[in-house]
Amino acid sequence: MAEVTARTRSPYAPVTDTPARYAREPAGTHPALDHAPYKSTALRHPKRPLVHLPHTVTEVTGPQLRRLAGDQDNNLLVHHGGEPIGERIVVSGRVLDTEGKPLRETLVEIWQANAAGRYRHRADRWPAPLDPNFSGAGRCVTDEEGRYRFLTIKPGPYPWGNHYNAWRPAHIHFSLLGRAFAQRLVTQMYFPGDQLFPYDPIFNSVRDESARQRMICRFSIARTEPSWATAYEFDVYLRGPAATPFEGAL
Amino acid sequence: MIFGPTPSQTVGPFFAIGLPFDGGAHAAPGDVPGAITISGAVLDGAGEPVHDALVETWQADPWGRFVDLHGWGGRSDLEGFLGFARVATDENGNYVVVTVKPGPTPGPGGGAQAPHIDVSVFARGLLHRCVTRIYFADEEELNAADRVLGTVPEARRGTLLARPTDGGYRFDIRLQGPGETVFFDP
Repeated sequence: MAEVTARTRSPYAPVTDTPARYAREPAGTHPALDHAPYKSTALRHPKRPLVHLPHTVTEVTGPQLRRLAGDQDNNLLVHHGGEPIGERIVVSGRVLDTEGKPLRETLVEIWQANAAGRYRHRADRWPAPLDPNFSGAGRCVTDEEGRYRFLTIKPGPYPWGNHYNAWRPAHIHFSLLGRAFAQRLVTQMYFPGDQLFPYDPIFNSVRDESARQRMICRFSIARTEPSWATAYEFDVYLRGPAATPFEGAL
Repeated sequence: MIFGPTPSQTVGPFFAIGLPFDGGAHAAPGDVPGAITISGAVLDGAGEPVHDALVETWQADPWGRFVDLHGWGGRSDLEGFLGFARVATDENGNYVVVTVKPGPTPGPGGGAQAPHIDVSVFARGLLHRCVTRIYFADEEELNAADRVLGTVPEARRGTLLARPTDGGYRFDIRLQGPGETVFFDP
């Protein structure tokens, strides 16, 4: 190990479209880690104050996993012998930064329950049917305009053990790598008008009303495929560059 | 900022159907010179293993180069080096990552950063990722000069040090309670 680390480093190449630092996000954008109504947070949230992390090269770079997305991985309808049961939907949108700049060639990963609200996971034991034709996971890479597109089934709501008569609103989990470690985000996409919103501690862990709205997709008649599938649009905004070179500095 | 950022939500208990991938434990191939494992447990505030956590790591190669979109610092000479690992913890809360020790990289204020690995921890019950850094206990000199480590209260710095073991290092992640790992606001 000593031998390799002793070798001279090559000169550092210029980095063209990676900002020197990312903007710090407004308070209330992300949930507090300590959120009592969601019981699993109790023993899992750090209690000591977070330490400010300046954005060094480690934070402004990030992994590129485009190779993980195979040809048909954005189509969750075709991986088994038959068609999954449920409401076919197109879920598409753009991955952008908060300046509105599209993030091209970045990996988008999703996972979800089936139409009955059941995940194909050994720990999901509630008595709703599994669908032999639906695995519920997809991957795709954004195009030059930051666009992604999935074909899937609208997931169902499901009960969980957080409190008496607890139900999760229907949602699709989204995982975004962005350009940089600093942009890494895992979120959930919800559907418009869900009657379960007021009762869900996870959705409501985001205190800011307008921030909560950014987790809800919108119905799009324009993107609906006639005689085939309804469509929803969901744009994801990852943090953008810091406004000044000093923001985020040590 | 023109648009508000999309908020974070928990990965929940079922991420294993979507996020892990074949070879995800390998930030570097296991047969390259200097290959090591970094292993440890993710523990909750009661000291119980977190069996449904996801650990992601991101780092430079031994020469301080990153395999990002632009190949920051130049192309890595290390065949098959990715610098990124993603592993789910097992039923005992343990994770193992195969990698190489990163080299020093430029740091804030013009100094060098000690070898370190950025870590994101996701789990049911974590509404946002927890970010920490792995430093190496056997890099005392470089650690002492590292400005990020220098901002961490001295009594807690030890929680960021991976300790040498056979074939690699051990790094436990305590989400809460005695010996709580230092987490950063990234």
